[in-house]
This record gives sequence, structure tokens and C-alpha cells, in this order.
Amino acid sequence: MKVRTNLLIGGTLFALVVAAGVLAPWLAHTDPIMDANLMNAELPPDHEFWFGTDGQGRDIYSRVLHGARISLTVGIVSQLINSVIGVCLGLSAGYWGGWWDDVVNGLTNLMLAVPSLVFALAIMAILSPGLTSLLIALGLTNWSYTCRLSRASTLSLKSLGYVQAAKMLGYGDVRIMATQILPNILGPIIVIGTLGMGGAVLAEASLSFLGLGIRPPSPSWGSMLSDARDQITTAPWISIFPGLAIFTTVLGLNLLGDGLRDILDPQSRARRA
Amino acid sequence: MADAAAGPLLRVEDLAVHFPLGGGLLGGRKRIIHAVDGVDLELRKGECLGLVGESGCGKSSLALSIVGLQAPTRGRILLDGKDVNGPGLGRLDRARFVQMVFQDPYSSLNPRQTVQRTLEAPLRLHGMTDRAEREARIAEILRHVGLRPEQAQRYPHEFSGGQRQRVGIARALILKPRIIVLDEPVSALDVSIRAQIINLLLELKDTLDLSYIMISHDLGVVEHMSDRVAVMYLGRIVETGGWHRIFTAPRHPYTRALIAAIPDPFGATRGAKITGDLPNPLEPPSGCHFHPRCPEMRDVCRQPVVPPLDEIDPGHRVRCVRTGELAVERTVP
Amino acid sequence: MTGDALLTVDRLRIDLAFGGTRYPAVKDVSFTIGAGETLGLVGESGCGKSITALALIGLLRRPLGIGGGRILFKGREIQNLPEAEMRKLRGNRISMIFQEPMTALNPLSPIGRQIAEMFVLHQGATWHEAERRAVDALASVRVPAPDRRVKDYPHQLSGGMRQRVMIAIALACDPDLLLADEPTTALDVTVQAEILELIRERSAAQGTAVLMISHDLGLIANMCARVGVMYAGRLVEQRAAEEVFRSPSHPYTSGLVASLPLLGARARDGQHRLKEIPGVVPAVTAFPAGCRFNPRCQARTEICVEVDPEETPLPHGGLVRCHHHG
Repeated sequence: MKVRTNLLIGGTLFALVVAAGVLAPWLAHTDPIMDANLMNAELPPDHEFWFGTDGQGRDIYSRVLHGARISLTVGIVSQLINSVIGVCLGLSAGYWGGWWDDVVNGLTNLMLAVPSLVFALAIMAILSPGLTSLLIALGLTNWSYTCRLSRASTLSLKSLGYVQAAKMLGYGDVRIMATQILPNILGPIIVIGTLGMGGAVLAEASLSFLGLGIRPPSPSWGSMLSDARDQITTAPWISIFPGLAIFTTVLGLNLLGDGLRDILDPQSRARRA
Repeated sequence: MADAAAGPLLRVEDLAVHFPLGGGLLGGRKRIIHAVDGVDLELRKGECLGLVGESGCGKSSLALSIVGLQAPTRGRILLDGKDVNGPGLGRLDRARFVQMVFQDPYSSLNPRQTVQRTLEAPLRLHGMTDRAEREARIAEILRHVGLRPEQAQRYPHEFSGGQRQRVGIARALILKPRIIVLDEPVSALDVSIRAQIINLLLELKDTLDLSYIMISHDLGVVEHMSDRVAVMYLGRIVETGGWHRIFTAPRHPYTRALIAAIPDPFGATRGAKITGDLPNPLEPPSGCHFHPRCPEMRDVCRQPVVPPLDEIDPGHRVRCVRTGELAVERTVP
Repeated sequence: MTGDALLTVDRLRIDLAFGGTRYPAVKDVSFTIGAGETLGLVGESGCGKSITALALIGLLRRPLGIGGGRILFKGREIQNLPEAEMRKLRGNRISMIFQEPMTALNPLSPIGRQIAEMFVLHQGATWHEAERRAVDALASVRVPAPDRRVKDYPHQLSGGMRQRVMIAIALACDPDLLLADEPTTALDVTVQAEILELIRERSAAQGTAVLMISHDLGLIANMCARVGVMYAGRLVEQRAAEEVFRSPSHPYTSGLVASLPLLGARARDGQHRLKEIPGVVPAVTAFPAGCRFNPRCQARTEICVEVDPEETPLPHGGLVRCHHHG
């Protein structure tokens, strides 16, 4: 069945990337930053250097593995920040309505009007480049969709009997939002989260490619691509492998997200029946 | 049955609920829906008050105000003599006094919580710290509504519609309130199981010493369950009295029309039917709201004066200036 | 029996495909409707009354499908009619009105146009002529100021008005048979009375036969000459309307009648405990073996659990499907 295929392939790919990142210190052959031997520069893939070497003579295989750690950290943490901000703003805006809803809507519209990457760029330009700054920049700029989704879901749940019943039993607003509404809107939020992680990985790659993300010599896939710009024709393997890594991660996350959505969305579940 | 000696358990005084619609900003006249337009009501201990009326009559807004889910624009609600907005009655106190059973059993329970959790959480919230005590209360209430205590571990989707409604009733009872507002308690249920729930509700009223306000559009159910009935039209109560009076000798033309509109399975018609649609709540007719559709309308009915709710017999009030002139028709010979 | 009847349904079976199995959602349903007659189908959720009507007008879609039996309309078998032929019948000779007029009417088209469409499609009228006739159609369903309202959109009308428009559309081409599926369930009580009166009047004036579907036994008994009671996909009783209430034959019907709080009953008999039917309505995927009502039946015996009863005639007219009657 289509759903299971998505979940299976996506899950496997994602699991592979996670494994690569977690086990990098053991799976890698060399130190990704220090082991640079100019004598070995730009060697094509062979039995010693599985993915070849880059312009500085570093083992690309090891660098790609370590790069996984960076990409996954960025993906997971920044999306977590996004989701928390989005859910908090969206849920409360949908539940309380009134002026707070107007404020949140205005803010969301603002965020949606500016391409998030540009926004992140601006923040990175202010903060000094590095992992923490990147997490902050990406975490603060990609919550709009989650916010909209949370708000819409909350609006449709707000008038249901069990939410009214909770109010009547004496529950306070925050408790109702946390115990009655939040658990029932999590499905789509998780799906958006998985897809968002893929987006964050891509964003990191883009920013690092532009020199505004992770700085070399850190083995971020994006900065690896950036470094390999001049050698695309002469030593294509330097670009191909980091590129493949990005592709695999984002594809895996997208398929996983699709698969999760089909499982968690009761309507598509009914159609399959 | 009804305990007439003590003061009323619930008293509603001149309650109004107005919903402003947009339009006031650009100089246009601000449009307001007068969902509830000055309602006085009393509920005595042990009685079941049936609230009937069609769409737009305000019975839902009235019920929501009583329960605390809708802030009234005007008027007072007194529970056992205490004003709900006054210092003596907090949110939690009110929750222990009046509760509600919702219409739709499929959306009135949190799908992600077991019945146990749905019933236990309010007990915790209201300070029942002893776990054994909570378990005992839950088991007791479940037995009252005809469910077994083991069933509490299940999720709502594992129950049928009728069982879910029983859970909804259990939730309303868990804090041992004095008044329960029943919002169309059986309308969403299969016809063959309505009797189970109706019987259950009547039984609980006696064993647990409850008082009900029941909203229903099904006049058969209202007649069967109510001690007194209040008929609403476009935000006002137009007639109120004992069930027998209302159903056998109604005095207000609208009440008569409502009863006449019920299809008689034995083929006979029950009386004159009225025509026309329910009026636009934004532009209610002046004076008596019902006059454009009333078969007994005269010029006096059009006067821009709200007809008062007069007591024509003990306990029987009618809001019609022509009541004295209209013949008393009996719907049941 | 089949000779004169306008509509003959002969051992109709409708299957529901679910999870690889075909469930007989409606099994062995047979009834007839004569020209100008009104028949009511009454039952609860899952009894199959609505899908029976959809089968008659060829609107069943996957996962539902006709699994057997015949439908004869004016002597012609229509259960396997190709879609093109069915479309000539639909709206023209057989019409249907639904419970929720807001979803049955096109929100983007003025109501006059939606009525006029019927004349253009089925009677080859010109648009100009059709729009004129649409005004007359609106007048016939007692919509006030029809020449002005013809230009209104559905959302500008109240629920009762929309239902009148639906009736006008359905009766525009003077069909032989009108299927009415819960036409008043979504309406207020006083509006309901008017709409039922309208259906009664128009169908009498035009000689249209009516199949009325509802879960409200009182409504059906009032509106129809004959009543068919359905339970879990079977037709368990067919009687004249008054008989159904006065002397119901099938245990389900008598259980239902005893459990309903009828207007006037308390004044006569006092507030008694309503007689309950134990158990719940079974799901389509879990219909009991033997008689489908047997788990809830007080009169159940061994044969009821094993053998699905056939329809047997009753001494004073009507049919019942039960081992313990007729």
C-alpha cells in the first residue's frame, strides 16, 4: 500500500542518516577537520578514501558522516523551536480570539510576506555565524505555517462539546488548551514538523553555501558544497557526495511526513477503507 | 416531585443576550441580534422544565448563559439565591451546582481521553485528593448511568452513540450538581434507543434529587418528561405553565401552532397551521414578535409595546394582549 | 402484482464493499408503488432506506452497488440501465429531494436558472421560455413574489424556502415518481408542517407517486397511505399506515411504537416508563445471522437465530417478516 511504502522508505532513509550522524565518530575513518594532507588533495573515490578527498586533502566520507550531525541538529532543534512558537501563538490566538488573535495574525502575515530565508539571512548577518546563531535564525523564522495550522485546528475544535464541557466543569483556559485541544491537533503538527525538518536542512545548506551559516572548516554539507564550487568540473565527487547526503535526508523526511500524514489524518484513512 | 415550599433553585431575572454584528465602525447603524430578549424564569427543586421553540428563539443562548458558557448582556442569574456574578459564587462553585449534557454524543467526549480520565480530572480539579475516593465516586456514577466500572478504561470510539450519551450524563453527574441542563439529550440518538436514555434521565432525577432544564424540539419528549414548559419565540418567553395545561389547552397562538404542526400518526389534523418563515432576527417585528404570522392578529398586536407576560391562571402565563378574547381550544378532547 | 404498478422492486439486494468483503447492506427488499400512491419507508440509521432510494434513481456509487434483484419502472427493468439512459429518467420521470437543500442546490447559480435547467434539459425548451416557466414553478410552491425571487441565490433564502425550491426543481417536469429522503428533518417544526403539506398538495395535483423516507414514524404514518418498516437492511413489515400504529405486527415495530413518547399519551396514560428495546442497532459489517433483529427481540426462539424469515402475508392485509406471525 502506498502509505506503508512512504513510511518504510522515508523511515529507512531517515534512520540511515540518523545512524550516520550518531555513529560518525566510529564509522568515520579520519578526523573530519584535522586530517588534512595536501598530498592527497582531490583524489577520486578509491579503496582508501571511499568518497574521495577534497581540495584540502580531507576524507569526504568522514566529513559527510560528521556533517550529518550538524544537519540533523539544525533540522531537529530549529523545527522544535518553530513548532513550539507556532503552536503557542496559534493555539492561543484561535482559542482567545479578540485582539490577541489580530496581533498574531498580523505577525504571521508579516512573516509570510518575507521569504523566510531572507529573514534568516538578515538575522545571521546581525549575529555572528555559527551553529547557535543558525538555530536561532531558523527557529525564529519558520513558525508561520505551524501557527496558521494550529489556529485553524483550534477554531474548529473550540466549539465541540468536550471543550465546552471542560469549561463548565471549572477548568481554566490554559488547562483546557493544554489538555483538551493540544492533544487533538498534534497529528498535522507532527506532519508539518517532519516536513519542516527537511526544509531546515535545506536552509542550513543554503545559508552555509552562501557563507552565512556554518563556517568552514566545520563539515557542514552546505559549506562543503560551497568549497567545491570551483572544482565542479574537475573533481565532481567533492560536490556529489554532500549533495547526495542532502538529497537523501530531505527525501527521507518528506516521504516520512507524507506517510505520517496519511496515518494520522482520519479522512484519508477513511478513503482507504 | 416539585418542592414548592423552598425558594427556587434557579432564578433568571430579565436576562438578555445580545450579539453585536459588525457595521458600527463606518457610521452605519450597529446591528445587534437580540438572541435572548428579557427572560424571567424559575426552576424549583425536583422539577423538569421543558424549553421549547424553533431556530432563533434563544433557548440555546439562554441555556448557555445559565451554565456559564455565554456571558449575558443584561440581567441576573441566581443559583439558590446567590448571584452568579457576585462574590459568593466562584467558577468552581458554579460547576458544582449546574452542569450540562450536550446534544451530540460524537463530539462531546475528548477522543484522546479514556472515560476514566474524563471523569477523574474534574474530581481532582475540585480538590478530591484521595485516589480511592475518586475511584469510588466514578464507579458509583457509572453504575447510576448503566455502565460497568471496567468500561471506564475504554476510549469514546469504542462505545455506541447511546453509551456515549450515558458517559456524557456521567460526566455531568460527577460533581453531584443540583441542576442539569439537557440540550436535546436524545435527538442525535437512534430512535430505538431513545427510550433507554429518557427512562434513565427520569430515574436519575428521582434517585439523585436533580432538577432539569430540558431543551428539545421534539414535543413528544418534552410532554413526556417535563413538569412545566416554557415556550420561546424570537428571544422571549411567550407562554409558560404546567405540562398538562400547555399541551391540552395552550393559550398562545404560537404554542397552538407548534402543537398543530406535529404530524398526527392517526391522520387527523390538530388545528390551524401557520405560514411564513421565521422572521429575520436582525429585524424583529415591533410589539408582539409573532404578529406577522399570527392567525389571530389584530391592529392592537402591531402596537410597538412589548406585550407583558400575564398570569391568566395560577402558574400559567401568556404573552398575548388578546388572550382574554381568544376561545380556549383543547387539543385533546 | 407487477402488472399495474408504477414501480416494482423485486428482491433488491445492495452490497457494500468493505475491506475485501461484500456485505449485504440491503437484502431481499420487495415493494410496489402504484401511480399517484404514497409509500413511506421508515427506519433508523443503517437500515438501508436511503440507499434503497438511491438505487431506484441510479445514484449508488462505490463502495455501494446493486448486487441482485430487479427494479421495474413502468414495466421496464432499470437496475442495469446505462448511465445515459438513466439520465433521461432522472429529474424527468423520477425525481429526488434531499435532506439538506443547501448542499443539493448549486450555490453559484440563481434559483430561477436551476429550475429552468430542468425544462431545457428534459423538454427542449429555450432558455427564455424556461425562465418564464420557472417563475410559475416558484409560484406553485408558494414562494412569495416569485418574479423577484427567481434571481436570488440559495444562500439568500431560508431553509424552508430552499426546500421549496428543491421541490419546484424536482416536480418541474411532472415526474411519475418523487423520492423524498428526509426532506424535513433539518427544518423547524412549523416549517416542516408546511413543506409536508406542500408535498402532499403538489403530488396530489400532479398525480405524482411519492416514496417518503424518514426515521420519524409519526410523520410517515401521517403522510403516507402505506408504510414499510426497515431494519438492518430488511423490510420487516409493510402495512397500511393506521395499522402500523394501532396494531403493529413485527416485534421491532411494536417495540418502536411502545418506546416513542407520543403527543397526548401522558394525558391519557400518565407518565409511565417507556418500553425499551434492549441493545443497539447493528453495524452493516456485523449483521446477525438468522433474523437480523433477533438479538434484541423478546420473542426470540431458536429458529430466529438460525433462519432468516421470509415475508408472509398478514390476515388483514400487509406483509411481515417474522417467524412468529402470519
